[in-house]
Amino acid sequence: MMTEMLDPVAKEQAMDEAVLQVQGLDVDIRTPKGTVRVVSSVGFSARRGKTLALLGESGCGKSMTAKAIAGLLDPVASVAGGKAYLDAQDLFSMNGKRRRAVAGEGLGIVFQDALAALNPVYTIGTQLGEAFRIHRGASRKQAKAEAIELMRRVGIPEPETRVNSYPHQFSGGMRQRILIAMAVALSPKLLIADEPTTALDVTVQAQIMQLLRKLRSEEQMAVVLITHDLAVVAEEADDVCVMYAGNVVEQGSVQRVFAQPTHPYTKGLLSSVPTDAHRGQGLTSIPGSPPELSKIPAGCVYQDRCPLAAAICREQRPELHETGPGQRSACHFSQQVAEMKPIDDSATGEDAH
Amino acid sequence: MSIQTQAVPERTVLEVQDLAKTFHVASGASGTRELKALDGINLSVKRGETLGLVGESGCGKSTLARTLMMLEQPDGGTVRFDGQDPFALRGKSLRDWRRRVQMVFQDPFASLNARMTAGQIITEPFATHKDLYPTKAARKQRLNELLELVGLRVTDADKSPQEFSGGQRQRIGIARALALGPDLIILDEPVSALDLSVQAQVLNLLNDLQQQLGVSYIFISHDLSVVRHVTDRVAVMYLGRIIETGTTQQVFDSPLHPYTASLMSASPKLDPALRPAKRIVLQGELPSPLDPPSGCRFRTRCWKAEPICSVERPQSRVREADGKISLGMPAMGVSEEQQIAECHFPVESAAEAGLAVSA
Repeated sequence: MMTEMLDPVAKEQAMDEAVLQVQGLDVDIRTPKGTVRVVSSVGFSARRGKTLALLGESGCGKSMTAKAIAGLLDPVASVAGGKAYLDAQDLFSMNGKRRRAVAGEGLGIVFQDALAALNPVYTIGTQLGEAFRIHRGASRKQAKAEAIELMRRVGIPEPETRVNSYPHQFSGGMRQRILIAMAVALSPKLLIADEPTTALDVTVQAQIMQLLRKLRSEEQMAVVLITHDLAVVAEEADDVCVMYAGNVVEQGSVQRVFAQPTHPYTKGLLSSVPTDAHRGQGLTSIPGSPPELSKIPAGCVYQDRCPLAAAICREQRPELHETGPGQRSACHFSQQVAEMKPIDDSATGEDAH
Repeated sequence: MSIQTQAVPERTVLEVQDLAKTFHVASGASGTRELKALDGINLSVKRGETLGLVGESGCGKSTLARTLMMLEQPDGGTVRFDGQDPFALRGKSLRDWRRRVQMVFQDPFASLNARMTAGQIITEPFATHKDLYPTKAARKQRLNELLELVGLRVTDADKSPQEFSGGQRQRIGIARALALGPDLIILDEPVSALDLSVQAQVLNLLNDLQQQLGVSYIFISHDLSVVRHVTDRVAVMYLGRIIETGTTQQVFDSPLHPYTASLMSASPKLDPALRPAKRIVLQGELPSPLDPPSGCRFRTRCWKAEPICSVERPQSRVREADGKISLGMPAMGVSEEQQIAECHFPVESAAEAGLAVSA
C-alpha cells in the first residue's frame, strides 16, 4: 500500500537503504467498552545510518507503533494488520522463536524510563551480558568482559568496578547510557529510541543525543526516534513522520516538512513553539485537545481542531498523497496549507472545550 | 508576560537575601550529614513581573519555592514580602499573608483531588479564609468569576477532575491559585506535563491573567524556550546558589556564567540559524549536594576552570552598561537590570560561548 504511493525513483532508493519498512500497520486495544484502534494504517521506512523521527503528542500512537514493531505490545493490544519488514523479513508473520532470533540481534530499543526498564535485583554486568549469553553463547566471563567493553563505549567511568553495581546506584543519565549500551550490544541494524531524553536535564540530554549520534555513525544503524519535542527532531532527525490520533498525517524529510508543512497540524505544532520571533506576543495555539481514540470521528482525524475543516473533511478521510519531493500529507487542503503564511491569523486558536 | 502594559509603579513584592536551608540526611552509622539545599539565595520580584528560575533537577529550585511558600523553615537569611517578614507572622496576620502567595503545581493529574468537583477544589481556600466571601452567594459568584477568568464554563464547576483534559485541569489549578487574589504566584513547571499544542494555550492564559490582574510570577521550568518566551528576568541556579541573574535578554543572548552558556548552547533549537556553531556539551552530571566541590561549585564540569576555582569561591561580577565586566558588590541595592554572575572567568561574549546571536 505504502510502496505503491512512492514514485519509482524514491521506491528504488527506499529498497536500497531501508532497514525497516512498515506498511499499513494497525494496532487494536481491547477495552471493556470494545476494541479501540490506536494505530491506523501507519507506514514508513527507516534508512541505514539515518534517523527517522516519529513525532506526536501523548496518545497519538507513536509508542504503540514502536512496541508493535519490537513485539513488546501489552497483552491487551495486538497487531490487527499490516507488515513490518526488518531487512526484508516480515516480523509479524514469523513464529516467536524465529522472531526472537531475528529481532533479538537486529533490533534494539531504548526506553524513556531507564529505572523502570532495568531489573533492580541484578547487577548491570549481568543485565548487559545477558544478550551475549543468549545470542552468542558466551560464557559468564566472556559476557562480563563484553559488558565492560560496552560500558566503556557508552562513556561510563570506571567500568571495571561499576559493572558490579546495581541500577539504583547510577544517576539518571548513566542509567540511560546503560540502556543504550544494552540496546546496541549486538550491533543491531535498527535502534528504536522511545523518548530517550524526556526525563533528563538539558545538559545530560545533549550528552545522550551526542552518544546516539556517535553510535549511529559507528554502526550505521537506522534509528527510529520517538519524541514530542520539535526542536529535538529538527536537530537530530533526517526524516519525520508526524502522527495524530493513531494516523500519520504528514511525512517527509525534516528539512522539507519543517520548512514547508503541508498539513495544518504540523503547521499548528510548529507555530506553538515559543521562539524569539514572537517573543512578547501571544503564542499561536491549536484550539481544543486531541480526540479520545475511542471517539475518532469519521472523515479526517484532525477536523475538530482544524481551521480549514470543510464538509468533505467530515465525510472522507484524506489519504496520504504527494505534496512535494518525498513529502506526503493526509489533508484535503494540503495545497492551501502550503500557501498559507508561516503564522496565519486564521490558525490562531481560542480555547475550545 | 513580557509586555508590561500596567502603569503600576515598579515596586518590589518579594525580596530574598542570603536565604539558606540545610537538610540533615541520615548517613549510615556515622549519624547525619548536612545537605545545603539553599546556600545564600538572593533574589527579588517586582510587581507584575515574571522571574524565571532555571536549573537542573536537584539544584534546589523546588526547595526555594517551598521555602517562599513557607512550607519549609529557612535556617538563615531573610525573606521580605512587601517589607514584611512572613516567618515572624502569627495567627490572623499570617493567614492574611498566605492569601498573597499561591502556587500552581506541575502535574495537573496528581495535584487535583479526584473526589472533589472542580468547583469544590477552586473554592476550598474560602473554607480557611472565611471572611473573604462570607455568604454562599458571594462564594458562588466568585467561583463563576474565576471559571470565566481561566476560560472554563460555569457548568464545569460540577464536573470532577477526571472529566477534564490536561490543559483544562491546569486551568482549574490556576483558578484555585487565583481564588484568594494573590500578589505572587509560584508556577512550578506549570506546562511541562502538557502537550505542546495545549501548552501554548496555558502560557497565553497566564500572560493574559498577568496583564489583567498585575500579579507577579516566579516561573520554574527546565524548558528554556518557554522561559525565554514568558519571563522578564531570569535566575539560574546551580547546587543551591543562584549563579547568574539578569534580564531574560541578557542571560539568553550573552550569558556571563559558563554554566548558563552551556545551558543555552545545549538546549535544542528549532531554527537552524540559532544553533551554536560548536555546541558546548558539559561532561558529567550535577555533583551530589551532600558533597559540593570546593571553591566554585561548577568547576568540576567547567571548561574554563583554572586552579584558583578549586580554592576560592568566586565573587559576583557585574556586566556594566558599556559591556565591561567588573567585580560587583552583590550585598545591597543592586540594580534590577544588571546582569550578575558568580565566576572567576566569566564568558566575555556570546561568540565565545559559540552562541548564535539572534536578530
